[in-house]
Amino acid sequence: MPDENQKLSSSGPNAGTHRVVGQPVHRYGGVDRVTGAQRYLSDITFANAAHVAFATIPVGCAAIDAIDTSPAWAMPGVIAVVHADDLPQPVARFGVSHKDRPVIATKMVNYHGEPVVAVVAETEDEAHAAANAAVIHYTELPGVYGLDAALAGDAHLVQDPSVRPRDDLNSTNVLEQVEYAWGDVDSDGISSPTIIEDTYTFPMVTHFPIEPGGIVAAPTDDGGIEIYSPVQHPYLLQRTIADVWSIPLSRVRVIAPDPGGGFGGKQTPRYEPLIAFLALKTGRTCRLVLSLEEAFQLMRRSGCRIHARTGFSESGELAFHEMQVDFVVGAYADVAPRVMTKGSYVGAGPYRIPRVSINARAVLTNTVPSCAFRGFGAPQVGWATESQLDAGARALGLDSLEIRRRNLVEHDEAFIRGDYEARSDGRWHESLEKAAELIGWHEPTPSGRGRGIAVGIKPGATTGLSQSLVRLLYDGSAMAYAGTSDMGQGARTLWKQILADELGVDLDLITIISGDTNSVPFDLQTSASRSTVFMGNAVLAACEDIRDRVLKLYAEATGTAQSELAHSPGQLVTPSGAIALVEAAQTALGGLRGEFVGQGTCRLWGEKGHPLGGDAAFYEFNATAIEVEVDHATGEILLTKHVTVGDVGTEINPLQVVSQDEGAAIMGLGHSLMEQMLFDDNGQIVNLGAIDYRIPTFNDVALDMQTASIENNDGPGPYGCKGISEGALLCTAGAVGAAVADAVGTPVRELPITAERVWRTIRDANRDSPV
Amino acid sequence: MTESSLHPTSEVAVALELNGNLVHATVPAHRTLLDMLRDDLGLLGTKRCCAEGECGACSVLLDGELVNSCLVLGAEANGGVLLTIEGLSMDGVTDLQAEFLAAGAVQCGVCIPGQVMAAEQLLRTNPDASRDEIRDAMSGNLCRCASYQRIVQAIQAAAVGRRSDA
Repeated sequence: MPDENQKLSSSGPNAGTHRVVGQPVHRYGGVDRVTGAQRYLSDITFANAAHVAFATIPVGCAAIDAIDTSPAWAMPGVIAVVHADDLPQPVARFGVSHKDRPVIATKMVNYHGEPVVAVVAETEDEAHAAANAAVIHYTELPGVYGLDAALAGDAHLVQDPSVRPRDDLNSTNVLEQVEYAWGDVDSDGISSPTIIEDTYTFPMVTHFPIEPGGIVAAPTDDGGIEIYSPVQHPYLLQRTIADVWSIPLSRVRVIAPDPGGGFGGKQTPRYEPLIAFLALKTGRTCRLVLSLEEAFQLMRRSGCRIHARTGFSESGELAFHEMQVDFVVGAYADVAPRVMTKGSYVGAGPYRIPRVSINARAVLTNTVPSCAFRGFGAPQVGWATESQLDAGARALGLDSLEIRRRNLVEHDEAFIRGDYEARSDGRWHESLEKAAELIGWHEPTPSGRGRGIAVGIKPGATTGLSQSLVRLLYDGSAMAYAGTSDMGQGARTLWKQILADELGVDLDLITIISGDTNSVPFDLQTSASRSTVFMGNAVLAACEDIRDRVLKLYAEATGTAQSELAHSPGQLVTPSGAIALVEAAQTALGGLRGEFVGQGTCRLWGEKGHPLGGDAAFYEFNATAIEVEVDHATGEILLTKHVTVGDVGTEINPLQVVSQDEGAAIMGLGHSLMEQMLFDDNGQIVNLGAIDYRIPTFNDVALDMQTASIENNDGPGPYGCKGISEGALLCTAGAVGAAVADAVGTPVRELPITAERVWRTIRDANRDSPV
Repeated sequence: MTESSLHPTSEVAVALELNGNLVHATVPAHRTLLDMLRDDLGLLGTKRCCAEGECGACSVLLDGELVNSCLVLGAEANGGVLLTIEGLSMDGVTDLQAEFLAAGAVQCGVCIPGQVMAAEQLLRTNPDASRDEIRDAMSGNLCRCASYQRIVQAIQAAAVGRRSDA
């Protein structure tokens, strides 16, 4: 049996030769996706389903005075009209870090878009019409929509203190705070000849998945429920429904169709407990399909303001780095406290700094609750740290590359010091140098252009558990059961590749089962770019378990001593030579046929007392270099070159690595150049929907874009791989910011770096400078 | 504004050539072509995202023109010739779709049917499109996975293949 609790460690290059691992295998489910046959949640039809729509109010903060449901009940096709008073009292609250989110708005509306009334009707149109007819009487309150308002002494409290009664911070809008420090933090740093001090902002942005999402809940005959939801964490959803409505886990079945884009936005349950209640109450299958506008009101990245003070020696070495980091987390906690602690933990970057002080807060506001989003807090804090490095470089007459060369840690060197230090698990200078080479850093910058280079780091998962089953069937085909949600990253393609090599089965004969808690074993979550490492190791272990079992049964069936047999990927080695594992399996199974079932587990225990609950299984490291041309008259930016290099360990599928890297890098251009959720004085989202909120298009991609990987086979995953899906957006903003500053002579410190902000920066610089 | 709040609801009969077959449907006058395809005709390959003409996920070819089916009424398709992703894929994966797969252009996949329809129309109307022309022509089709470079590569490869077949 494989070691159930195998320790994650760098496995190094695999001794076996890979046939399929390392090849650009086409993605699993690709044909269905190019032909339109792929069924996402809203494409699945349910017999006799009823439809759900919500009523909301057009403000971000209000006391609910009264709700008149009779006009809604009077509409055609209505089956149920539900608000907080209709739920079991007190209305249940749930959440992964704080149990603060009510199943439906209760007494208060805490952000624009929070559902107040839910209508169930025979058709989608009837549900929406009836929801529009419900009358919500409310008193608008002076909500807090930005950091200054939320942190003011007399600020409206987003959460009533009774929601977190044992919390010392419950009379403020600070949800949680954390402090990281090492070195002589009380020193004032006067001895550093160059000190840079500035404030940076990072916008609230929304995930904008092309599939906005939805939920279907169906009561079952045994008093349980089936929930269909395109979630990244089916097992968390299962547990949440079981907890909120007191149903045994065995009677909560979560079916998770492939999410049509997740990016962190489809991790946690939000409306599922409500839709489950509606299904249990009406006895009907209840279906909610979200609009894109509703998706904006369901998921966003936390905005951030960072005040930083950084000291440099004469030769450009970092002497100290201090930061006050405030995350704008929204109305409910979701995973935002974790975003704050994890993002600020690596806030000082992958650098050698003798003295660091980081104070971070997660601040509640009356805005859409923020959640996980690719990068998980690291892009926000990294934007400030990378910009500070560039400001230091400019002051010292160095460039973006040189200042990083002088400060980036070497392999196995600590970049986080103190009681729980963290060391570089890669050869990160190689990524930096490769990015510089690819953008042609040593060639002169063309006239009118500017260049910048930046690096980013993100801790991978710090604990975790993935379990997998693999079946080798008599005819030589195979199945893997793996609970990773395949939301575009292509997880199932990798499981197929691992099975193909480890069992010697053709790719075409492999089926992967996922997205059903009734048939697939437990997986903690699909997040943090963890799956290739964690589930990959579990699938690999399950394959090894199968080879062990084939060996033992083959010995029994053929009368060979087990000691005379050995196995290797795809093979059983017998005294008369190696034979294909599939052939050995058939011989072993004999006339009764049957199959082999292997089980694999990958578990990473945490470390008690560690501020993140444990050291990261791996770090995602990326170097990004950008070249821009800036129109000084309009402030418009043209991206001429965009290069990213990731420290990936091993590429299991180079085609998918390129897709993920390019995708992350271009997504990073969104918050760097154009995306921001804007709120009016009443807390309404001003740019709600695709017309007013702009994401990168074909024409926003750099004229010349390249991604590359550094492969040192030094990761803890199968064949030495690391997670890769977030790296390329970690430092996009820093590289764009440095390039724009290089082009116009002055940095922009607020994201996104819109044409207007660049134009204002140029104008202000010209105004200040003597003629 | 939702459909049921429009009174009175008048229904219209629609007849069109859909993916080579004559099809009849009776739909509310205000029903979009997108909703008619998905809800009345059961063709679910055309995907819905923004439903306001900004993302291109619901792209189809109506009378040889690329349209966002969320911005066209079902009634407007009466008498028309409509090609959807199902019609394009009727004989299996096309050369263009195969290039999408080979280029790694397919990630979550929701935008892909619309991307394929837009790319097909581009190849039919401008078979020698330059990279800049491809980017311009495709800029109405959003991809949040940002497979943009991969899609451009797929279109270029399909164009090369069609030229050599011609």
